[in-house]
Amino acid sequence: MRLSDLPKGASAVVDRVDDAHMADPIAQRLRDLGFVDGEPVRVVAIGPMGADPLLIQIGSTRFALRRKEAARVTVREQAA
Amino acid sequence: MSASTLRIALVGNPNCGKTALFNQLTGGRQKVANYAGVTIERKEGRFIAPSGRVLQILDLPGTYSFDANSPDEQVTRDVLEGNYPGELVPDLIVCVADATNLRLHLRFVLEVKRLGRPVVLALNMMDAARRRGIVIDVPELQRRLGIPVVETIAVKRGGAAALVQRVDGEIPVAAPAMADDAVSHANLHAQVREILGATVTMPRQTAAMDDALDRWTLHPVFGLLILAVVMFLVFQAVYAAGKPMTDLIGDGFGWLGDHAAASLPVGPIKSLIVDGLFGGLGTVIGFLPEILVLFFFILLLEESGYLPRAAFLLDRLMMSVGLTGRSFIPLLSSFACAIPGIMGTRTIQDPRDRLATILVAPLMTCSARLPVYALLIGAFIPMHHVFGIFNLQGLVLFALYAVGILGAMAVGWVIKRIHRDKSEHALLMELPSYRLPKPRDIAIGLWERCSIFLKRLTGVILALTIIMWAISTFPSPPAGATGPAIDYSLAGYLGHYLQYIFAPLGFNWQISLSLIPAFAARETAVAALATVYAVGGDANTLGLAHALAGNFSVASALSLMVWFAFAPQCMSTLAIIRRETHSWRNVAISFGYMFALAYVASLVTYQIARHFA
Repeated sequence: MRLSDLPKGASAVVDRVDDAHMADPIAQRLRDLGFVDGEPVRVVAIGPMGADPLLIQIGSTRFALRRKEAARVTVREQAA
Repeated sequence: MSASTLRIALVGNPNCGKTALFNQLTGGRQKVANYAGVTIERKEGRFIAPSGRVLQILDLPGTYSFDANSPDEQVTRDVLEGNYPGELVPDLIVCVADATNLRLHLRFVLEVKRLGRPVVLALNMMDAARRRGIVIDVPELQRRLGIPVVETIAVKRGGAAALVQRVDGEIPVAAPAMADDAVSHANLHAQVREILGATVTMPRQTAAMDDALDRWTLHPVFGLLILAVVMFLVFQAVYAAGKPMTDLIGDGFGWLGDHAAASLPVGPIKSLIVDGLFGGLGTVIGFLPEILVLFFFILLLEESGYLPRAAFLLDRLMMSVGLTGRSFIPLLSSFACAIPGIMGTRTIQDPRDRLATILVAPLMTCSARLPVYALLIGAFIPMHHVFGIFNLQGLVLFALYAVGILGAMAVGWVIKRIHRDKSEHALLMELPSYRLPKPRDIAIGLWERCSIFLKRLTGVILALTIIMWAISTFPSPPAGATGPAIDYSLAGYLGHYLQYIFAPLGFNWQISLSLIPAFAARETAVAALATVYAVGGDANTLGLAHALAGNFSVASALSLMVWFAFAPQCMSTLAIIRRETHSWRNVAISFGYMFALAYVASLVTYQIARHFA
């Protein structure tokens, strides 16, 4: 499951970030910002046009990610 | 001197309160410039520590990591390592971290520590952390990190006392430098988790107030509504507060000019001082109040944390025309004047998005176009009603604004198509906590913008204004000449030559000539037309409207309005593009594309309108 597939309000846990191409700087940046294995995330809000961008809560920080950016993040369901 | 001066570099994530801390430490004693060869702002300040030592503080750009995707991060890393040409290596690094957001910020602290330089960690926003019930075991944090840790509250008087005391003391021993390989890189997050687990307890992840506010400000319907109201209020304020001050300054310079005129002998010197110096300077400085009012509100929105919310709401719309959500505020500012708009693009980190925003900003209908539109609409567009409710004059004015916006969208779209760099440019924007803006930070921000405007721009504009004055004054008319003096001047000759270029657009030589001063400042076209049609002072616009209506056709008037909507007219804008991008090439691109756009659009307008008229 990708982060971009989650509906508004949904929570999940990050699995990994995939490079969209060789040496993908956006994927690297996502990892630097804390999108790493085991980190809980939540979709806080969704943009008003085309449901883009997404507002993702990770730790205490909120990041606006475009759908294409969020699609690089694979998530799994939260451990109950 | 150098023995008693300590060089300190402030680093930290964006939104860690680093700049507020810098302001707290250095007050107004700041020097703002750019790093050699790039447009990244370099801020330096100094203060004298209790020991009598001079502390020289460099505020480095906010940085998430040292992977250096962005020029900001490259500069930060190079300066810290002493590799930046012309920068001395700092004696001490003060790494600032938001105590309410340590999960993100500690990672960067670890990265800085690995450089192997002396580091002190300032745990900032301790007041907010306490309010939210966040408990940090500082001695344990210090032990685990192996660097000194002090608590700071950048927004409170005396909130940096502990930091000053620490940096004024002995320089801490640096941790050994570590290789920057991929494996240890991935381990940073694990280390952060481990340290946080042992030192920090948080009752909840977010501030309850942020959650409550974001529910409204980011709501698909109410969020956009709130944004519209905020923008409406800002623009009302610019016109209500800025415009009277602008008029006052204009009148003041007019008064000065008149007094100078009374005491000076008649001749070219008098004309230079009255028309060139006071007239030109008055126009330039007259922009200042509106710019300051606008910047006051932009700083307010920026400091409060609302600006990124606006960018979030509009990102999709802006992206479809090759821009980004962050382009919104600079473009909106450009409706008042393109100069503050272009200066405002500094909030866009991505260089390509920033340049695209700078290139389209002058197409927004700025307030200087209004006098020209008002004159032409009043003279040529009949006052009748359309569909019973709409006034035709109002519709034309609306259409001119719309044409500017549509033009900007089209240009943004074209830039996106023709740009060679097709790589994806990320939004990846942090929405920081809401904060009450501090008057000191707003005041310092305003002072910075004000001095940039006056120092860097006045020289250029003054020089160009004097050139404009010279070519419209010399050579003087021969004895016994009857026509207006400008007709005999260099500008007059230019006007006649320009007519060959502009005839297909329906411009006669008088209009062509008025385009020369309009290049200095658009609104002066009205005064110039008044001069050539010899209807006396520019206050007499009614007489001028009659003279215009008698001298050229509706098709020409429409064509002229379209010209004003697109043309590269105001040299102040070109000067600020040069300043903000450090490139004459970008100035040439702006001028070139706008000239071509204006020419083609006016040509089409004139040729079509001629068939209907």
